[in-house]
Amino acid sequence: MALQRPDIEKIRKNVAQNEIWKSVFRHGYQDNQRNRALMVLDNVFLHLHPVRVARHGANIGYTWGMGGITFLLFIILTVTGVILMFYYRPVAEYAFDDMKYLMNDVAYGPFIRNMHRWAAHGMVITVMLHMFRVFLTGSYKPPRQFNWAIGVVLLLLTFLLSFTGYLLPWDQLAIWAVTVGTNMARATPLLGHEGPFGPQLGLKSNNDIRFVLLGGTTVGAATLLRFYVLHCIFLPIVAAVFMAVHFWRIRKDGGISGPKVESKEMKKARDVVKTMQIKRTDLLGGDDINGNGDPGTDPDSPNGTDPTNGTPHSPETRP
Amino acid sequence: MHGKLTAFDYLMSQIEKPDNVPALLLLTLAAFYIWHSWRRSKINDSRSTPVEAEMADKVQVWPYLVRVEFLTSIVVLIILTVWAITINAPLEEPANPALTPNPSKAPWYFLGLQELLVYFDPWIAGVMLPTLIIMGLIAIPYIDINPKGNGYYTIKERPFAQATFAFGFLVLWVVLIVMGTFFRGPGWNIFTPWEAWDPHRVVPLNNVDLPALVGVPTLNVDNTYNPLSIMIGAALILIFYSIGYFVWKKKQGTPFFKALGPIRYGVTAFLTLSMTGVVIKILLRLLLNVKYVLATPFFNI
Repeated sequence: MALQRPDIEKIRKNVAQNEIWKSVFRHGYQDNQRNRALMVLDNVFLHLHPVRVARHGANIGYTWGMGGITFLLFIILTVTGVILMFYYRPVAEYAFDDMKYLMNDVAYGPFIRNMHRWAAHGMVITVMLHMFRVFLTGSYKPPRQFNWAIGVVLLLLTFLLSFTGYLLPWDQLAIWAVTVGTNMARATPLLGHEGPFGPQLGLKSNNDIRFVLLGGTTVGAATLLRFYVLHCIFLPIVAAVFMAVHFWRIRKDGGISGPKVESKEMKKARDVVKTMQIKRTDLLGGDDINGNGDPGTDPDSPNGTDPTNGTPHSPETRP
Repeated sequence: MHGKLTAFDYLMSQIEKPDNVPALLLLTLAAFYIWHSWRRSKINDSRSTPVEAEMADKVQVWPYLVRVEFLTSIVVLIILTVWAITINAPLEEPANPALTPNPSKAPWYFLGLQELLVYFDPWIAGVMLPTLIIMGLIAIPYIDINPKGNGYYTIKERPFAQATFAFGFLVLWVVLIVMGTFFRGPGWNIFTPWEAWDPHRVVPLNNVDLPALVGVPTLNVDNTYNPLSIMIGAALILIFYSIGYFVWKKKQGTPFFKALGPIRYGVTAFLTLSMTGVVIKILLRLLLNVKYVLATPFFNI
């Protein structure tokens, strides 16, 4: 019995022309402007974007893609972080053993942990580079001042997320890095027991700002639980809220930054007005009614071209 | 292969530390992007309109932007996957509060601040400077009134802003991180990355306070603070910050300073001078072994 060639068109019709398919996918894949717009508008994930974007906004040499990569890394961190939480208990007695178990006995355990670690460090890098790019292109200037401030808060939250996560392996590297970091809090002016005016205010190692942060006088079991909760619940939620505002404001502030460029219609209108003004000037015998100064006597423009506004004065029409 | 370890072995052992890799990556990427943005700025500065202005026509997000995002995501995921397969996240001995490693280092991205602990007391290096950095960054859009250079690469149209930020990010952040990561060993002494860490090295340093350099000791013979030393130190700091005031006095009539106004100018001057002050203090320590400029019973600067 010979195999019959499947009728692709018929299969496609059967798949795409039934109620279930059409209830999920609202439109086809025709390559036209309207459909391209719908691809963005009808998709909950893509509708973060506008339908159209300035060409330099899609140019990686301009944006470096660092903001988007940061967001991608945040998503990777959320996914791998949830998997890691299945294997980890934030209790001083268990934490390190859970890490050993994860690294030695869990299938793909080291891979998931490595992904999480390097994505976290990568995010710290990309967030810095994103800020660097935004500064270099002056993209914080009006109307985007407030979004820059939101971005600074997100930078801080990224550091805090990374720092709180650094303690969780509960090994020597973790506990001492966090000890060195949090020791700074001792020296907070007015709030730390070794800071300026701290001792004078009656602060001791068991009632100052560092004590609140650590839940004790040294990095211990209470600190581990505190940092775990901050790392897995509090900081990600706060960061997500700020990210939502950050992305929303990009759209509300006019999309990706770029130089102010007149639209084609505006440019055309301005050119028409200019042409009319030149004609009036010529009719009035060369008197400059535009107030641009007399180009004829300008030593910098011997051919009578006004350098200040770029309007083409033809030398022949001048008296 | 039982010979002595070579300089190359030590260098590799530093680079191969899993948590040192990101610091190296930051250095590489920062170097690349400063070159890249320099090049783009030079191109724009040699033209009448920036390149970006000619790319301002709209394209459809689907497919022109979505495909870039899609490809970027794939590249990032590949890099991350290879990184996660080849380098294991570190897991050392279990936490032991009784055993302090030497050196104890913060995570690499805070090592610039830890490096500043050499030059400043913790309340400045660990609290005031991070606070000033965050507040200063937030203030930037509100104190920079130059309308030019919004949305394209340029150096010519905003040289002060670009130079200040590039210096702050590259030198005071990235270079200090690299310094703290690769050039500091036991006792926070300076070791080159290709040198063995000798935990017993003692570096004799005789740091003195700045007033003592001109003959005014910080402490009296009975170990109380010398008021003259405090006055000299405080005067030096006041004079330093009053540079901002004198510049204002001289320039306040110019159109730019009029537009800037006293509050914006004050914040800008304070932040710029503080940043310069950090550099000056680092140089004072490195060149003259100065410990403090101002030493009081309550705080030292």
